[in-house]
Amino acid sequence: MSQGRHSGLRPGLLLSRLALVLACVFLLLPILIVIPLSFGDQRYLAFPQNGPSLRHYQALTVDPWLGSILQSLSIAATVALVSTLLAAMFVTGIWLRRRFGTLLTGVVLLPIIVPQVVSAMSFYYLGAQLGLLDSFAGVAFGHLLMVLPYSVITLLVAYNRIDPAMFRAARSLGASVGRAVYDILLPNLRLGLASSFFMAFLMSWDEVVVTLFISGLDVITLPKRIWDGLRYSLDPAIASVSTTMVALTLIVMVARLILAERTERARRLDPDD
Amino acid sequence: MASPTSETLKIWVFLILPLPVLVVLGYVVPTAGVLGWSFTLPEPGVQNYAAVLEAQRLQTVIWRTLRICLLTTVISVGLAYLIAYRWRFATPRGRQLIELVVLVSFWLSMLIRAFAWLVLLRGDGVINQTLLWLGLIEAPLPLVRNEFGAVLGMVHFMVPFAVLPMLNSFREVDDRVLNAARSLGATPGQVLRDIFFPLTLPGMAAASGIVFIFSLGSFVTPALLGGGRAVMLAEYIYLQMFQLSNWGMGATLAIVLMAMVVVTALIFGRLFGFKNIVGGLK
Repeated sequence: MSQGRHSGLRPGLLLSRLALVLACVFLLLPILIVIPLSFGDQRYLAFPQNGPSLRHYQALTVDPWLGSILQSLSIAATVALVSTLLAAMFVTGIWLRRRFGTLLTGVVLLPIIVPQVVSAMSFYYLGAQLGLLDSFAGVAFGHLLMVLPYSVITLLVAYNRIDPAMFRAARSLGASVGRAVYDILLPNLRLGLASSFFMAFLMSWDEVVVTLFISGLDVITLPKRIWDGLRYSLDPAIASVSTTMVALTLIVMVARLILAERTERARRLDPDD
Repeated sequence: MASPTSETLKIWVFLILPLPVLVVLGYVVPTAGVLGWSFTLPEPGVQNYAAVLEAQRLQTVIWRTLRICLLTTVISVGLAYLIAYRWRFATPRGRQLIELVVLVSFWLSMLIRAFAWLVLLRGDGVINQTLLWLGLIEAPLPLVRNEFGAVLGMVHFMVPFAVLPMLNSFREVDDRVLNAARSLGATPGQVLRDIFFPLTLPGMAAASGIVFIFSLGSFVTPALLGGGRAVMLAEYIYLQMFQLSNWGMGATLAIVLMAMVVVTALIFGRLFGFKNIVGGLK
């Protein structure tokens, strides 16, 4: 252990370890409480009293929850796809032509420090001018602008790992720019593209502030429905929806980790890489 | 093969420009529109900004926002320091475990957190019930739908945001420097105070800047856990827009909030260098 000769029963060390455990429990407490609640067997929100039950999950298989789940899924999938595509085009472009790259990247990343509520105000203004309030297109557009900078960061990181010599070699052997991008860059970007998609998907799936401003009666995403449920009463369906969302997040995280590990292994095995 | 210039043109038009153009159209133009609203609604003039400087209620909201953000930053950066410190000296497996906890928490939806805290903290919630049952208290404690609940929820949200940028600067602390101090007779406390702490200060500063800036715009957590008793600027904007239909004041406060974020970013950039702050994000 790196504590060297001071490791052992030092009280300070014990105390800081105990504090670490408490901090981790604090961070995970919401998950630990939500999962058992979701299996409650009473009509109201309560821990299981006569054994676990799936009744609160049944509520998710019918409207209004089902409609919101489907709406959120379709918005998140659209946003993740378009965001990854646009970010990939941009990052590929500035990788090929570096002039103004830093400046343009700065412009594209700047929205990160804009508070969500300020972005929401801007999109509300835009939606009001264009008549896009409370529509699929309007909400998806708002989400898209919120997640784009994160797709760009993810892909910038992915591009950092690509050796420009590979691309130059393909070009000097006669490949057109398009062909070299398709055959050389894209295969090496797979992990970055997948990460960008997952991240954008989760962020849109979870987005609530912008949605509250620009949606109304027609578009009620899952987070908006949860928000309504939390404001007025504690609907037990929120527990099952939360557990489902946690499970989905974990699945996406694990899928990304597995993909990253596989890519890393392929990289190590392939001596030409 | 196309000539180099037409190729460059194609790359600019089809690959590079769509995104910056979209950001300008989607952000810059409507933000200018919001700025316009702040000077024209309900009637042309600067009366909205005059109200920000004078009206007691607005001053209360702005000071409360700053107070809650400061408190949140201090507590969550402190907790994050502890986690990052233990991470720095953990075994590889211990490190993985800590990273997993932080990442799971990082991706946890704000709404799920708020829901869980409401269940835990409300009058007949898990914590009050337990304390009553143990006989430690006689009446339920007011733990939520007040400023305490809002700060607790915000700290919970911000800890991962503080931990992640700190890990880099903690990783870079050289073991040999620490060992040199120890072999010269420094106590563990002295190593922490005189060697480790100064070396990790830039990472901590970056984390503080990030947490404070993100806290300024907090909306969901204080709105749900503050229960109307801890209304911060963002929630106040929402109320102006959708309960009072006072678009001019909503727009004005959005501009004020943006200005507060920019000023904070500039101060932190001045004090600690933009490179450190941005580098901390990677």
